[in-house]
Amino acid sequence: MPYKRTEQKFNGKINVCEIGAGDAAISIGGEKTLPFLGDEGFKTAVGIAISDAPEDWADCFKTIYGDDLKNPAAFAKAAVEKSGADFILVKLASADPNGADNSVENCVATAVAVEAAVEVPVVIEGCKNAEKDAKLLEAVAKALENKNVVLFSAVEDNYKTIGAAGAMAYGQKVSAESAVDINLAKQLNILLTQLGVKSQDIVMDVGSAAAGYGFEYVASTMDRIRLAGLGQNDESLQMPIITDVSSDSWSVKESVFTEAEAPEWGNLEARGIGMEVTTAAACVVGGSNAIIVRHPESAKTIKSMIAGLIG
Amino acid sequence: MAVKGLDIFKLTPKSNCKECGFPTCMAFSMKAATGAVPIEKCPHISDESKELLSEATAPPMKTIKVGSGDAERTLGGETVLFRHEKTLVSKNLFAIELSDAMSDAEVAAACDKLKKVNYDRIGEMMFVEIVGVRFAADQAKFVALVKKVTECGKIPMIITTDAEAAKAAVAVAGTGAIIMGATKDNAAAMVEVAKAADAVLGVSADSIDALHDLVESIEKLGYKKLVLNVGETSIKEAYANAVDIRTAAIKGSDRTFGYPSVVFTNKLAPGDINMQIALASAFVLRYGSIIVMEEMDFNAALPLFGLRQNIFTDPQKPMRVEPKIYEFNKPTGKDPVLVTVDFALTYFVVAGEIERSKVPAYLAIPDAGGYSVLTSWAAGKFGSTVIANFVKENNIADLTTSRKLILPGKVAVLQGDLAELLPEWEIVVGPTEAMQIPKFLRDLQA
Ligand code: B12
Ligand code: SF4
Repeated sequence: MPYKRTEQKFNGKINVCEIGAGDAAISIGGEKTLPFLGDEGFKTAVGIAISDAPEDWADCFKTIYGDDLKNPAAFAKAAVEKSGADFILVKLASADPNGADNSVENCVATAVAVEAAVEVPVVIEGCKNAEKDAKLLEAVAKALENKNVVLFSAVEDNYKTIGAAGAMAYGQKVSAESAVDINLAKQLNILLTQLGVKSQDIVMDVGSAAAGYGFEYVASTMDRIRLAGLGQNDESLQMPIITDVSSDSWSVKESVFTEAEAPEWGNLEARGIGMEVTTAAACVVGGSNAIIVRHPESAKTIKSMIAGLIG
Repeated sequence: MAVKGLDIFKLTPKSNCKECGFPTCMAFSMKAATGAVPIEKCPHISDESKELLSEATAPPMKTIKVGSGDAERTLGGETVLFRHEKTLVSKNLFAIELSDAMSDAEVAAACDKLKKVNYDRIGEMMFVEIVGVRFAADQAKFVALVKKVTECGKIPMIITTDAEAAKAAVAVAGTGAIIMGATKDNAAAMVEVAKAADAVLGVSADSIDALHDLVESIEKLGYKKLVLNVGETSIKEAYANAVDIRTAAIKGSDRTFGYPSVVFTNKLAPGDINMQIALASAFVLRYGSIIVMEEMDFNAALPLFGLRQNIFTDPQKPMRVEPKIYEFNKPTGKDPVLVTVDFALTYFVVAGEIERSKVPAYLAIPDAGGYSVLTSWAAGKFGSTVIANFVKENNIADLTTSRKLILPGKVAVLQGDLAELLPEWEIVVGPTEAMQIPKFLRDLQA
């Protein structure tokens, strides 16, 4: 018998979400099939991460960026140029009350400077302290009104502030962060929409882990979320997925041990890129519509893999 | 085509003789229809009917053995597309490729790497299982290389479309070698060679339709020990083919495509090792059974083997270790106590680092539900009371004269409460990542 393709029929569709404004705008999502299997051109955007406190980043980044590391705007510009990334993520890590406890005003100024320095959409992350992030991301949303940035991310403890300020008052996009669990992802999306945030303004950060460190949960969570959105047409799970693998990938021993600590392992930079590329590629085929990495080389590799997959 | 229980039932004598181990012919028929028991279990169904049915009730994807002895591995045999549905049974294998066109020095360097990348990760040895040898021009050298690979304990993959060369190579390759392989132009001759050597035959074609036709004709020649090449020219096609072939087998009951796959990332992205890593990662998730790379150094091996180990764990079996007090580096009753959780991954990572430190120490593991540090903490299973009770109930204070209790850095917040619950202990906050444990313990000792 001649071959006949076994069609996996889905009636759901992932939302299209536009991020950035004007010429810089890009859109993610919109697929009706599992990743890279349809003709509609599954879009996965690749983002490059920068931080306002990159002191603990691997030495290779000091070589790549030099003094730009100390100036977020210059850092952002260099990162986009060197990586060819579709968008940028700025981590306002200095805001951490248990760390440098930088003020909201200073951090907002950084976000504004970064936005002005680049011609790609901007995703803005706080310091992962729910209380501080609520204040910080609210202020960022206000300062960058009309720029259509992504507030990364709202969690259960601060979604009200970030959802109300971000998406509703200042027209930004909100990322809904959950901990590797389909039910939690669904619940937060529902809470945000009940608050009044349009589902087209929500993207999901469903969590991640470095390859080899519990990634099976990430893989299965993404599979289940995509199958629910497409197969069961579950509207509360049809938001595009955004995944940041940059921190996890560069904090496991495979990408941290120096050549002196693990001489047999060889070049540290190559190992970091290997870990980041592996983790990112696995998320991309799992369904991430926007993937964020740290090393320019990782960004280039993932971009060309995506180009290859789309064909 | 899927068979229904009723179709099988019609072929039984309906005597309920129970010889098959089932109470009734109907019960047997229902089970047999799912493929859970082989139809042969009923001695009263005619051979003719069995022949008809065994094809239809065979599992959707064949299980193919490659290699022999210690190197033997199993590919295929999957029944689901996604690991949350049911366990994936055969992890993918990794391969690198050599050729008789390489200089002796290049081959030696590649072999050195193969020997080096051989390490334990959480109780499992990690190494490249298969070595491909591609035939370029020099048949004597080619055969010698295949022999060398086999002697090194690797599963040889003989890559040539020349049946004569394949025949010469497979003669030195031991059982379970892979011949890569058959095309529409050489199928009959290759089947001959593979059959004679009982080797696994790789099948390649220009399109997925042509591949389907070719597999059918090879099956007609009487050979079913096959692996299918998803394509070497386009990433888009290779990916879509890998997914479509598996989907046809699992969801479409298309037995023709019920075979493991082979992906040549080295052909899809020649010379670009990072791209090969990216592709290999994608194919670990999406249905690559044998994944070939140009080379496998630690920058590729560490993440890819880690990813594979994750993806092919059994989702129905949480990986846990027994809650108890573990000893490292021969403690002598005066050494510090570290605390962690009973999640196997965490245990193995932490245990490895304590060993590396060479500092004698105890590791206390309460019942934390089998979760990672932060997961169990967030789930309320690894709080100060849990830890304090464990320390008290196990009389850890009698085990060692040291009063240092070291917490994982990620749960530093427990320090205050624990200090109150365990007043005789000094609660020390350890580093957040296990890799910092050796330095930390040595500093503590100093
Ligand atoms: C996989 C995962 C799960 C899996 C569980 C897998 C498992 N068996 O643990 C599932 C999906 C079930 C899960 C569930 C939940 N999870 Co969870 N999960 C993760 C994830 C992605 C990876 C965890 C992992 O495997 N890490 C690898 C192991 C090896 O790390 P580890 O145990 O911490 O060990 C390291 C260090 O701590 C150190 N170390 C360990 N022991 C010791 C000891 C000493 C002495 C020292 C010095 C060091 C040390 O060494 C190790 C390597 O460096 C993380 C996010 C992430 N990227 O890390 C979230 C995460 C841990 N989960 C989180 C949460 C909130 C949950 C839930 C509570 C969600 C919910 N409300 O339901 C549930 C809890 C479960 C329940 N309700 O029953 C949060 C915790 C947030 C917080 N800071 O408190 C995280 C951080 C995700 C997030 N960003 O929100 N989770
Ligand atoms: S062995 Fe055959 S005839 Fe006997 S009970 Fe089982 S199915 Fe029926």
